[in-house]
Amino acid sequence: MSDANPVPPEIAHPLFVRITHWINALVMLLMITSGWRIYNASPLFDFTFPREITLGGWLGGALQWHFAAMWLLFINGLAYLIYGLVSGHLKRVLLPLAPRSIWNDFRAALTFRLDHTTGRYNAVQKLLYFGVLALGALIVLSGLAIWKPVQFWYLAALFGGYEGARLVHFICMSGIVAFIVVHLALVLLVPSVLLPMITGRAPKATETAR
Amino acid sequence: MKRDRNLIDARLADLKPELKRIERRLFLRQSLSLGALTMLSGCDISDNNAVQTVLDTMSRWNDGAQGLLFSKARLAKTYSEADITDPFPFNAFYSEDEAPVIDGATYRLQLSGKIENKKPWSVSDLRKLPQESQITRHICVEGWSAIGQWSGVPFHHFLKQIGADTTAKYVGFKCADKYYTSIDMPTALHPQTIIALDWRQGELPTKYGYPMKLRIPTKLGFKNPKHIAEIFVTNDYPGGYWEDQGYNWYSGS
Repeated sequence: MSDANPVPPEIAHPLFVRITHWINALVMLLMITSGWRIYNASPLFDFTFPREITLGGWLGGALQWHFAAMWLLFINGLAYLIYGLVSGHLKRVLLPLAPRSIWNDFRAALTFRLDHTTGRYNAVQKLLYFGVLALGALIVLSGLAIWKPVQFWYLAALFGGYEGARLVHFICMSGIVAFIVVHLALVLLVPSVLLPMITGRAPKATETAR
Repeated sequence: MKRDRNLIDARLADLKPELKRIERRLFLRQSLSLGALTMLSGCDISDNNAVQTVLDTMSRWNDGAQGLLFSKARLAKTYSEADITDPFPFNAFYSEDEAPVIDGATYRLQLSGKIENKKPWSVSDLRKLPQESQITRHICVEGWSAIGQWSGVPFHHFLKQIGADTTAKYVGFKCADKYYTSIDMPTALHPQTIIALDWRQGELPTKYGYPMKLRIPTKLGFKNPKHIAEIFVTNDYPGGYWEDQGYNWYSGS
């Protein structure tokens, strides 16, 4: 396998991936902050999100943002999925993923001995991207169930009804926010990975997280 | 004591024009400062207006999308009596003790717009029409939900009875509590949309909309008007109390 002696590809991130990535970054910001404002109108738990970090000003405004950005998420997500499947991008970056390699890479990461090649994911990264894609699918499905519990009754039933879908939607949001926190922390830790996500070009030397 | 009272009243009456003038001056000054503020931050406000225009356009787009998703054959899930939320939450833009108290004996439901027979309806006349009962989930735009039982006249039956033009776009509602809203005709004709006269085993209490509310299990709670005073059928978009402030008009479930 070429994994033994990785050659960094000249283009670390294809243009299509870069465009959908940054649109998605904006969509996540809009969906999450407006979602927090909607949550505040009828909190599921014993806390609310600080007004200052929410979007929309009031429930009506937040709902307008949420259901407008929803279409951007839908179009961008669909474009990414179609591209990822047709071009083989998803297969290339996410597979193969063996439990043993996850364990090895996880241990290596914790002891700062894990190599990082831009555009080529180690097993822990693969697992995290798998996880966040699954959360993305779940948050869209549970969101549709909350939006249309009668028309999409089968989706609502899948999550144990309307209230179940609300809970799943919230849990998925929490998982995605946790992913974003880790994602941004790693960019801060290895800043050289930021530029390739804009230009597409891989850094000249192979980077190692230390 | 009474003389003093009269004197005070008389003085107040004298002062009234003066008070009005002060009030008007204050209002003018506030308007001017608002105008100045607009000029100072002209860019921001016009930007916000542009964003708001996009959001409003998207909300109208969502009205259309929801209309397409709506199936008149798709029924909202029904529940058993044991599932009913007790106590069922009161919710309005005013507090519970401000709900309008209506005399059922003299109450007459008014009809207007594209309707053949505009004869007003009494509660007892409405009770002579076929009645149906449903236990469904009421979902509030705020996110919470509660299960309740409502009974009354299927709205599609009532619309046919009064000769409503069911090819018109909208059915509008004016309520005794100054609330108003409107719905699309397909939802008005949905088999589970009913003129609710009863709540659980008795007549609809004041807090839930006496003498009648429109129960629509395929729409969010604020699309279910209470204390309905007048129903009209029209092709001109009637808007609504919350809808005019930014809630999505269709708001279907």
